Amino acid sequence: MTALHDKRSIWMRMHLDLPLLIAILLMMAGSITVVYSASGQESAMMIRHMTRMGVAIIAMVVLAQIPPATLKRLTIPMYCVGLLMLVGVLLFGVSSKGAQRWLDLGLTRFQPSELMKLAVPMMVAWYIGRKHLPPRPLHLIFGFAIVMLPTLLIKEQPDLGTSILIASSGIFVLFLSGLSWRLISFLSAAVALAAWPFWQYGMHAYQRQRVLTFLDPESDPLGSGYHIIQSKIAIGSGGVEGKGWLQGTQSQLEFLPERHTDFIFSVLSEEFGLFGVCILLSLYLFIIGRSLYIAVNAQDAFGKLLAGALTLTFFVYIFVNIGMVSGLLPVVGVPLPLISYGGTSMITLMAGFGIIMSIATDKRMLLK
Amino acid sequence: MLKQRPTIRDHSAEANLFARRAFVGFVFVLGLVAVLITNLYNIQVKDHQDYQTRSNDNRIKVIPIAPNRGLIYDRNGVLLAENKPVYNLEVIPEEVDNLEKSLEQVSQLITITEQEKQDFLKDIKNTRRFKSQVLKARLDEADVATFSVNQHKFPGFSIEARLARYYPFGDTLTHALGYVAKLNRKELNKLEQEEQATNYRATHDIGKLGIEKYYEQLLHGQVGSQRVEVNNRGRVIRTLSMLPPQPGSDLVLTLDIGLQQIAQHALKDMRGAVVVMDAKDGGILALYSNPSYDPNLFVHGISSKNYKALLNPDRPLINRATQGRYAPASTIKPHMAILALEENMVTEGTTMWDPGFFQIQNVEHKWRDWKRWGHGHVDVYKAIEESCDTYFYDTAYRLGITKISNFMARFGFGDLSGIDIHEETTAILPSKEWKENRFKESWWRGDTISVGIGQGYWTATPIQIANATNILVNKGINHPPHLAQVAKKEDDVTQINNEEKPPVVLNNPDNWRIAIDAMHNTVTKVTGTAHKAFKGVNYDPAGKTGTAQVVSIAQGEKYDAKSLKERQRDNAIYVGFAPYNNPQIVVSIVVENNGGGSTVGAPIARQLMDYYFAANPVELARNNTL
Repeated sequence: MTALHDKRSIWMRMHLDLPLLIAILLMMAGSITVVYSASGQESAMMIRHMTRMGVAIIAMVVLAQIPPATLKRLTIPMYCVGLLMLVGVLLFGVSSKGAQRWLDLGLTRFQPSELMKLAVPMMVAWYIGRKHLPPRPLHLIFGFAIVMLPTLLIKEQPDLGTSILIASSGIFVLFLSGLSWRLISFLSAAVALAAWPFWQYGMHAYQRQRVLTFLDPESDPLGSGYHIIQSKIAIGSGGVEGKGWLQGTQSQLEFLPERHTDFIFSVLSEEFGLFGVCILLSLYLFIIGRSLYIAVNAQDAFGKLLAGALTLTFFVYIFVNIGMVSGLLPVVGVPLPLISYGGTSMITLMAGFGIIMSIATDKRMLLK
Repeated sequence: MLKQRPTIRDHSAEANLFARRAFVGFVFVLGLVAVLITNLYNIQVKDHQDYQTRSNDNRIKVIPIAPNRGLIYDRNGVLLAENKPVYNLEVIPEEVDNLEKSLEQVSQLITITEQEKQDFLKDIKNTRRFKSQVLKARLDEADVATFSVNQHKFPGFSIEARLARYYPFGDTLTHALGYVAKLNRKELNKLEQEEQATNYRATHDIGKLGIEKYYEQLLHGQVGSQRVEVNNRGRVIRTLSMLPPQPGSDLVLTLDIGLQQIAQHALKDMRGAVVVMDAKDGGILALYSNPSYDPNLFVHGISSKNYKALLNPDRPLINRATQGRYAPASTIKPHMAILALEENMVTEGTTMWDPGFFQIQNVEHKWRDWKRWGHGHVDVYKAIEESCDTYFYDTAYRLGITKISNFMARFGFGDLSGIDIHEETTAILPSKEWKENRFKESWWRGDTISVGIGQGYWTATPIQIANATNILVNKGINHPPHLAQVAKKEDDVTQINNEEKPPVVLNNPDNWRIAIDAMHNTVTKVTGTAHKAFKGVNYDPAGKTGTAQVVSIAQGEKYDAKSLKERQRDNAIYVGFAPYNNPQIVVSIVVENNGGGSTVGAPIARQLMDYYFAANPVELARNNTL
């Protein structure tokens, strides 16, 4: 190969999408900054956080090397193993904080729902992508079944946040595959109708409480409304310019709960203000835009649907998390992607970006 | 593997479909981001002020700082009430590694009772782990020293000092000074009504009695505050600003601790009261009530056992000097004489015959003189010097109760003396209206007869007797009694209690002289009732004895102290002043159930006057009390 050719394709040969990579690394730098403040400048925690980031980057790079065709072959085994493990979790999982989400694998504990965050969109994308687009009603029903089975299993753990993420990742595949608007309106109406029985029988008491608190957080300022109130105080008191890095009183004096995990956005808002928030959202929009561009240009339906669904799911994380901490949505345990402290979910997310990069670079390889 | 596809796929149509959907998705994302930003704009820009305030409310707390209570001195600058640090052994549970083991080790150094340990363990369960809790209160100096040496072995344990009131003279001053004790719910409600509650936010104790209560506002001072930043558990992170408290004013009293000690010493185990008054300004030099008790017991909360002990029949809690109601007996004879002279019932030269009793025409009852065989020919001087009862039975009978009552009221009988402590009673100055209100019965003329010798319905407190005598010896000038002299705040000295009440004006001012001379004779003449007690003094005293019957002796019977129960024996009363020609002090003494004014009362008055007029009073006090 010529030197010129090499120069143009060095990132491509590494199966990495440079704009996406830069945006992600910028996010991670931001994450280190904010988590450092939120953790109370605790170095041990910072080391753990950065180690996980390293592992996440490796996961991304590794996944990026796997061509979509290979991923397609891995889809069914991954989905089936994941499903079995979910059943296993319900039968002999390890409990922590009132939820049974982990499998004890001797050496380490494993959260199968993380695997399903990738396996479900892959499975649906593979199933729908095999056929013509838009899919026929029968295929849609099967597609739904593929989504709902793990969703329900995860909701039983209980883990409402993850089950919402997994359900949406599957539903996004169906939406992107050309699900007719008429059906979409019909399903929306059905969901709205099903909301009441779901509220009555489908939710745990603590989940219902979260929703009630969300509707009127001031009704219980020291109880379950405390998180939302303190979070809004943190965000609101940050103003336009913010109180400055390490200067957020809500976070530094520990009025804010779950500062370094689910409520990291409040810390960022308090210390960097609306200004910082806009930068964060711009970066997110850039990542989403870039990923959708990759999806549109993907080589086959599987790639398109998978990349598109992963991207939109990424946005669900953002929307649910920010909506939650700013009082738009009930408190659902969803971290702020790429910013929150927390291992597994960051690794899964980065693996997702690895898949997107694999899809991006796969097409170009073929075009050569 | 997937060769069963029914038709050939239209890839470009599918790609377009996907692109359209992806575009819709992206528009959807943008829409939701706009929702987020709108919401965040509302919170961070529109409602910023509100959230800013709430954020500050979260983190900034105002901690009140108690002011130091003003000190109290006697007239010579002797400290009577001070603030002493009390040392508590306190523990911050959070900082202790092994509480059980540390407690074990500490109790090897300092005795910690099982009760104290249980209370402490209960306390720490109910409070935050970083909050300091008292393990043992009021350590003595030895314990403080022992622990301090071993401090390094007990992280989280520390000795904390707080200022608490201490009365170095203990029971010598209780009834005058009063004491402070823990502020209770009721007092807090009252402070709230007076809008003083904020000022007491950090205050532990409040004046409960005596001077401490009367001058509470002056002594307390102004609360200070500290603005601190706290975290979500209330732990103080740093101090933002501080407004120091203003200490209370120091009080200088008119009391003389030496005289006070003599009074206590002189009364020994007798029930009674002593009042010594500065004749020039009404300042109280001594105010003592016996039995007394240690006010320091109350400062840290008195135990129920100790308190029960104070509820004995001798009633130490009563301030006899201002609350004891005694028949003033013969001590008011000088006043009665002045009234008789003013009303022209008698003149300086008038004499009457005293057969040893007084009788109203057509009434069998005999009002007896203390001298069974009578005083013979009696003029106004002799009547006072020898304390002739018959003379005053007669004058009182002729004067009638209304004149007596109106005149005596001008000397402060039947009214509060206005002394600056709240524990005071008006006692009873009888009048027609009083009897009708009290007994629904009209006044009998016969009722007036015993009033003439300060008995019957008439009662007075030792402070009233002192005050009435003070007005007399000052020829009508009225300096009401008071304990506080000046309030000092840094260099700012404020005079208190220097007002004068309207004087008592006589038609014939010479009548003052007659009464005063007669009181002088009481001491100087061999026949005077106080002559013996003041033999050989190097100053010129005057006075009047009194012996008050506690039970009425039946007609024809003789008073015999031995045959009466102790509580029914006579009260001894003495009122005196010195020097005769330029009165400086007035003393008033009541001793319960202990015989006569001349044998018990007057000697006590002499001890007090000896001290007051001694060249070196301190030396004298030492000899007397030790």
